[in-house]
Amino acid sequence: MRYAGIDIGSRTIELVVLRDGEIIESRQADSGFDPMTQAKDLLAGVEHDHIIATGYGRHLFELSFDALTVTEIKAYAVGVSALFPGVRTILDIGGQDSKAIAVNDKGKAIKFEMNDRCAAGTGKFMEIMANTLGYSIDEFGKEALKATKDIQISSMCTVFAESEVTSLLARGEKPQEIALGLHRSIVRRAVAMLKRVSIKEAIVFAGGVARNSCMHHLLEEALEKNILVPENPQAMGAFGAALLAGGIC
Amino acid sequence: MSKNYKDMWKNLGLKLIPHDALLEVLGKGYEDIYLTQNNRPESMAYFNFVMSEIHGLRIKELLDEKTAGRKVIGSFCVFVPEEIVLAADATLIGLCTGADFATEEVDKLLQRNTCSLIKSAFGFKVGKVCPYIESANMIVGENTCDGKKKSYEILKNLVPNLYVMDLPQMKSDEGKALLKAEYLRFKEAVEKLTGISIDATRLKKGIDIVNNKRKAIHRLSDLRKADPSPISGLDALLANQVFFYDNPVRFTESVNKICDELKKRIEKKEGVFPKGTPRILLSGCPMAVPNWKLPWIIETSGAVIVGEESCVGERGARNLTDDSGNTVDELMEAIINRYFKVDCAIFTPNPDRLDHIVEMVEKYQANGVVHYGLQFCQPYLMESMPVEKALEEKNIPTLRIDTDYSMEDVGQLKTRVEAFVELLK
Ligand code: SF4
Ligand code: SF4
Repeated sequence: MRYAGIDIGSRTIELVVLRDGEIIESRQADSGFDPMTQAKDLLAGVEHDHIIATGYGRHLFELSFDALTVTEIKAYAVGVSALFPGVRTILDIGGQDSKAIAVNDKGKAIKFEMNDRCAAGTGKFMEIMANTLGYSIDEFGKEALKATKDIQISSMCTVFAESEVTSLLARGEKPQEIALGLHRSIVRRAVAMLKRVSIKEAIVFAGGVARNSCMHHLLEEALEKNILVPENPQAMGAFGAALLAGGIC
Repeated sequence: MSKNYKDMWKNLGLKLIPHDALLEVLGKGYEDIYLTQNNRPESMAYFNFVMSEIHGLRIKELLDEKTAGRKVIGSFCVFVPEEIVLAADATLIGLCTGADFATEEVDKLLQRNTCSLIKSAFGFKVGKVCPYIESANMIVGENTCDGKKKSYEILKNLVPNLYVMDLPQMKSDEGKALLKAEYLRFKEAVEKLTGISIDATRLKKGIDIVNNKRKAIHRLSDLRKADPSPISGLDALLANQVFFYDNPVRFTESVNKICDELKKRIEKKEGVFPKGTPRILLSGCPMAVPNWKLPWIIETSGAVIVGEESCVGERGARNLTDDSGNTVDELMEAIINRYFKVDCAIFTPNPDRLDHIVEMVEKYQANGVVHYGLQFCQPYLMESMPVEKALEEKNIPTLRIDTDYSMEDVGQLKTRVEAFVELLK
């Protein structure tokens, strides 16, 4: 039997297909303007017996494809605990939201927090900031790591932060240092959210933003704890959904 | 709604075009949220009717009562004692404050950090779309939270017949003395308004009517202990909302009729959702008509609401008024004692509320608590964190929601609520 999980996020769609518990397929596409068409394209030629959808587009998918759904919180908890059996805390920063999840010893989510309505501190925020500094999203974190000085960024609102960055640049501050300041402000927010939920080890950092090595480094520094990052951090939701498809159906 | 109400609305000074728009939104919301529910009790038909005539027949009744010499008094809070109003042959109406309206106009009067409930009260007034406000001979504002207290200074300019009632903030002897003084002053004001002098017989009758209404709600709440729950939380909330503006005697009969039907359902083990559906206790700020957003999200996310720890719910209707006294003094004392027990978050400290939440979790066998705080509502948001902490220490899963009347955050709320329901399974 083949079980699929699809995570329809605001920025990307991830698909994972399992056979006998092994990942046999892992795909990704941009969500674009029409996520359902994108999802359909992504699924083209993929065989599966059961599929579960997660992510912010899950209910649209449920309507168009007659699939079951779970929230990202459950999907991430299941996916991450399967890879890291000792995990107790998950930080997931995705395209448009961030979550802190506490997990019990059975891999079940027991408490969570999500960011509020705006995109502050999420992947989208980082993308816009990187853009303002003239970096690609991959360069953004790498360059920030090279900074030698800290610059305090005070705004977390995307619009205000953007103009703050512009005026810092105009003042002659180095892009690398501004980038570091931006990373630090996102980490401060993430840490505050984690502290409301749990900072029990093992801690796993997942979601697309976990690929950013500067974020990883600063989080470890701020929490003074070792933090694990899966190889494909952005696919944990789809992976968890696929595992659930295998268990539920 | 029938066309011949147009003249009635015009005579009340309503603005017909925005009023039509409001009725349309209200009707559509009711249809989408209420009429799409499965397995509703048949006797909820009464409430469908009440809702469809919310600005029609009920207003006509009030106006007919007025023609016959009765007075209509509007209120924003469960601290306004209905017993006293009924004793003077007047009618008490809870003014709905459950939807945004005329927001641009309201923003000119109230600062941004004001809760939706207060803004709504203003919106309905400045938008001239609420026939209840316009029908009232007297509107009672009460000094509860700072938002309301200060906003009444501004509302007074729009509503000349606003009567402001002071309320205590502490459950002390001095607090009680203040409540007593204010209730006596209110009684005089009502007597002056109606020209009726309230004696013991009248007061007893008022107490009886209100107690019966509360008893019917208690009966309804009690039936919700069953699993599967015989009625949805949305429908039970609606009954609690209509509590505030329907004719009290008719309301009591209608709720009792629903209860008879629910009793049969329970005997047949029938419910609105399957047995074992996660059960939620909703706790926090009051939800006035047509504020159904959060309950709707909860009940379309695989859970059922089994109780409301709210003023539109058990906090408002919990206690009966002792009717054993024989003099006006004794009965007034009983009324004061009854209302002094209301555990609104404007009191400090307010330990009874937490006890009641825990008690309700046990009584209705709730699996978790959703704490609903209106954005910018200091009293309830301040209490939400210690409440969450205390409940979690007792292993009662709790989700804190901080929201307003807009629909912007529905997607995000849905994810949070669904994830919470997943935790409960
Ligand atoms: S919450 Fe407090 S202020 Fe609001 S209606 Fe209830 S008692 Fe009145
Ligand atoms: S919801 Fe809170 S802030 Fe708003 S009127 Fe009620 S007590 Fe005051």
